Amino acid sequence: MLTDIAIIITKIMIVIGGTFTAVAYLILAERKVAGFVQERYGPNRVGIWGLLQPIADGVKTMLKEDITPAKANRIIYHLAPAMVLAPALVTFAVVPFGSGIDAFGRHIAFQIADINIGILFIFAITSIGVYGVVLGGWSSNNKYSLLGGVRSSAQMISYELALGLSVVGILLLTGSLRLNDIVEAQIGMWNVFRQPVAFMIFLVAVFAETNRLPFDLAESEQELIAGYHIEYSGFKYSMFMLGEYSNIITASALIVTLFFGGWTVPFIDVTKLGHLGAFLSVVSFAVKTGFFLFLYLWVRWTLPRFRYDQLMHLGWKILLPLALLNLLFTAAWITYV
Amino acid sequence: MLWDLGSVLMFMVTSLVIIGITLLIAKLFRRDNPTEEKLTSYECGEDPVGNPWVQFNIRFYVVALIFLIFEVEIVFLYPWATVFKEMGFFTFVEMMIFVGILLVGYAYVWVKGDLNWVLPKPKYTADFDYSNVPRFKKPDAEKARKLQAVE
Repeated sequence: MLTDIAIIITKIMIVIGGTFTAVAYLILAERKVAGFVQERYGPNRVGIWGLLQPIADGVKTMLKEDITPAKANRIIYHLAPAMVLAPALVTFAVVPFGSGIDAFGRHIAFQIADINIGILFIFAITSIGVYGVVLGGWSSNNKYSLLGGVRSSAQMISYELALGLSVVGILLLTGSLRLNDIVEAQIGMWNVFRQPVAFMIFLVAVFAETNRLPFDLAESEQELIAGYHIEYSGFKYSMFMLGEYSNIITASALIVTLFFGGWTVPFIDVTKLGHLGAFLSVVSFAVKTGFFLFLYLWVRWTLPRFRYDQLMHLGWKILLPLALLNLLFTAAWITYV
Repeated sequence: MLWDLGSVLMFMVTSLVIIGITLLIAKLFRRDNPTEEKLTSYECGEDPVGNPWVQFNIRFYVVALIFLIFEVEIVFLYPWATVFKEMGFFTFVEMMIFVGILLVGYAYVWVKGDLNWVLPKPKYTADFDYSNVPRFKKPDAEKARKLQAVE
């Protein structure tokens, strides 16, 4: 019992620590990629190749003054950043990041919680993040932030439909909401080849859900200046940043888990290789996730922003019918073929 | 299963505690020097004008309503999808009817134009050219003169 609790706490610490480190270096990577895309160096003063930049930034935001506007609704204003960051971290609880090892006389899965409603849990928790954004925008008592919050919530709920419907195709093939079942069903054949349309819908919708370019209308600098977090400063501001980037990491991990075989390694059965296999599975998961993280940065510095009507048109009139059609087609395929 | 849900709870508590601790550390070390001007709402350097809690476009509510209906549909689709392979044809027909009913609503919303973000331009604006509307046509001077001549 005690060992079990110790193992769980260790796993939680590894996941949270790993996420924070990944977020810090994702921000550095973003600035570096931006630098290379725009033919400049990016951060290169703090440490070799700017590698200590995230630490310097973190210390800096912690020491900065934290301003609460006089007109703000205080309680909600202080709660909103936590409502963005906490769900972003918790979503990772059900994502399996490795095959697991046998140690201490038991099988330790590389996953914090192996619950049988995994995908439902993820959608339920990510929906809470919308509240953080819209409440943060509203409680700042600022016109820009209110507009940013409202826009962002409308955008997130519009694309959540396409996101949820595209996953149903995979559930039909797998017959389980457990993420581990979905990963194991992909041994030999990734879901991206079975459900290419669902993958495209999921990829686009997930970009919109995380408020990233080309869908970053919530914080479009040129019109809303910064959107919903315009009044935030100091560490509360960096909590919004942390939340946004941990959402990106979770989203990439989810794409990998649902469509690219999760921790499985092509042509190798890692479950039979013991500790080496567990190591390989974690590396495989990290490499695939890393690729999608890079895709996020790549897209951000390549594509311009959508207009709001284009965003709504794409979400409601193209992605939603397409996801429904994909669902019907998959169901009919399973029934008749 | 219960154990796993417990670990999810533990994860939530841990992340909240970590957020709390970092906020506390930041509070201990940062400087606090609020002035009246610092605490005003940001509006590009000007003094804020009016109340920021303005009315926003009502169409955001419509979007939220449509979302709610479809989200409930998706919640029903998930359990259906998990048992679909075992239940076979019967559940397929059942779900087609369910989705079909929703599709009727979707088509209604589409035709009503609630999914169009850019509404068609109103016809009768200030700069509308009324001269082509028969009711507002100016009397034809040439014709009137001819009529008078005949009389």
